[in-house]
Amino acid sequence: MIHLQPKLKQQKMKLTEIQDLIKFVSKSGVNEVELETKEIKIVIRTGKQAAPVVYQNAPVQYAPAPTQVSPPEVSATVVTPVVNATEDSNYITVKSPMIGTFYRSAGPDKAPFVNVGDIIEIGKPVCIIEAMKLFNEIESEVKGKIVKILLDDATPVEYDQPLFLVDPS
Amino acid sequence: MFKKILIANRGEIALRVIRTCKEMGIKTVAVYSTADKESLHVKFADEAVCIGPPPSKDSYLNMVSIIAAAEITNADAIHPGYGFLSENAKFSEICRQNKIKFIGASPEMINQMGDKSNAKATMIAAGVPCVPGSVGLLDSVEQGLELAKEIGYPVIIKATAGGGGKGMRIIWKDEDFQGAWDSATHEATAAFGNGAMYMEKYIEEPRHIEIQIVGDAHGKACHLSERDCSVQRRHQKLVEETPSPFMTPELRELMGNAAVKAALSIEYEGVGTVEFLVDKHRNFYFMEMNTRIQVEHPITEEVINYDLIREQILVAAGVPISGKNYYPELHAIECRINAEDPFKNFTPSPGKITTLHTPGGHGIRVDSHVYSGYTIPPNYDSMVGKLITVAQTREEAIAKMLRALSEYVIEGVKTTIPFHIKLMQNEDFIAGNYTTKFMETWDYNNA
Repeated sequence: MIHLQPKLKQQKMKLTEIQDLIKFVSKSGVNEVELETKEIKIVIRTGKQAAPVVYQNAPVQYAPAPTQVSPPEVSATVVTPVVNATEDSNYITVKSPMIGTFYRSAGPDKAPFVNVGDIIEIGKPVCIIEAMKLFNEIESEVKGKIVKILLDDATPVEYDQPLFLVDPS
Repeated sequence: MFKKILIANRGEIALRVIRTCKEMGIKTVAVYSTADKESLHVKFADEAVCIGPPPSKDSYLNMVSIIAAAEITNADAIHPGYGFLSENAKFSEICRQNKIKFIGASPEMINQMGDKSNAKATMIAAGVPCVPGSVGLLDSVEQGLELAKEIGYPVIIKATAGGGGKGMRIIWKDEDFQGAWDSATHEATAAFGNGAMYMEKYIEEPRHIEIQIVGDAHGKACHLSERDCSVQRRHQKLVEETPSPFMTPELRELMGNAAVKAALSIEYEGVGTVEFLVDKHRNFYFMEMNTRIQVEHPITEEVINYDLIREQILVAAGVPISGKNYYPELHAIECRINAEDPFKNFTPSPGKITTLHTPGGHGIRVDSHVYSGYTIPPNYDSMVGKLITVAQTREEAIAKMLRALSEYVIEGVKTTIPFHIKLMQNEDFIAGNYTTKFMETWDYNNA
């Protein structure tokens, strides 16, 4: 692993500069690069697949608009679905889009929407999340194979809580 | 008494409510958006649930998510704080339907007091002095011109569905009426979907003096005296104090009784505030009623020695009040500390607080949710904390405030602390000589 502590005079890194950095790193054969400036920390790990890139910032420059964030020059969004950098590093975590109660099927005597091993397409209903007696069918935004179901039927779930592990390959 | 209260808010008020609940042995549930994951109210509550992404409409204003959070945590009451859903009649109704006690006003009361022209009609019927003006809505410019002749210029036309200063125009003479009418109705329709207007006499250079009231579920109401909130910028309060330097015991009696009359006439339950405009002759006029706890409640707490959040919870649980009125025994001032650059037009300055040192000592109170290393999210208001001082005299309270402000260190973001330091040394403020026009005429950039 190489740590770069460049004495960057400029305040912000442009998106093109980051793209150039990624290209450089992938060509160089280095496994992992960590770059930290006053404005941004970038970690690049190369591997068998295309390098998953994680952006993290600390403080971002904001334009004077009290109700809106004006997008900084560097993309601040974490790529969703999040790619886990653990031993399941290929799996996608499907997270809950709302708070409520998680149900695996449309009714107590109905079959679950998905089981472990099922192949799912984008748009396939995977579960129900109920809030205030409204049953919301949650459709998948990824395709792949269900590797793990992380919650039991009829359990409370928060916004962004992991629901399923999906193997996209 | 409630077993578990869910706080449907964030920041310093969420922390405030959690603190009192802990003291009362009530369990607390914090709800938070992903932007508030590291917030103190989340850390201090007994339970915390994430309800959505950063935008308020998807989190703190999302009624379904908040009720769902109460359902999965088995909360039996919801405290809405201030702002957000605290004066939302629909939310109050939904809580009622779901058998969760809304620690605030009933949907009927919110509706009655939320519609400005409705509220005024209610107050007139109750015998509370109101600014002379139209009875109900204005039907036409012709009607307006006639009425303006009667009550005398200057007049102000206001949107009945309005707020935040939108949909209002001051009119000084007949010739300006049509133009002002067209512009105001257009603005009101765009902002609130309702262009209906009413008219009032325009009180020049009024003071904003409000009365804190409490009403219980058994038909009793009382007042806890006044707060002077005249130091405002664009209708946002910057500093509040009690007692008001303009108050007299006679005026306090009159205003206090009027506020209690207002509360009783609508059978108000809970804590509330009746806001008045006071002119230079000490005539006072009803402006509006807020059916929730206010940001500046701590100054009242400090001078009468009562925990208002505790009172709010007790009243919501059906505990009766004594009906006694309360009068200030000390003097208290509050400065709202915002993450804004006061010398660049109060531009918001969100970001990470790298160093924090809060003031202390006799008569100093800090209500704040920030900590060293905390990142202020840009998605919500810019309030960092409230600094309150209390002393035996106004002079001492100002001296304490100046001293405390000079000890208050917040680095990493810009704050309004330097502005308040200037204010505490301003001649007119020190003399108690200020009205709602103060911020418009004071050149604080060059003070």
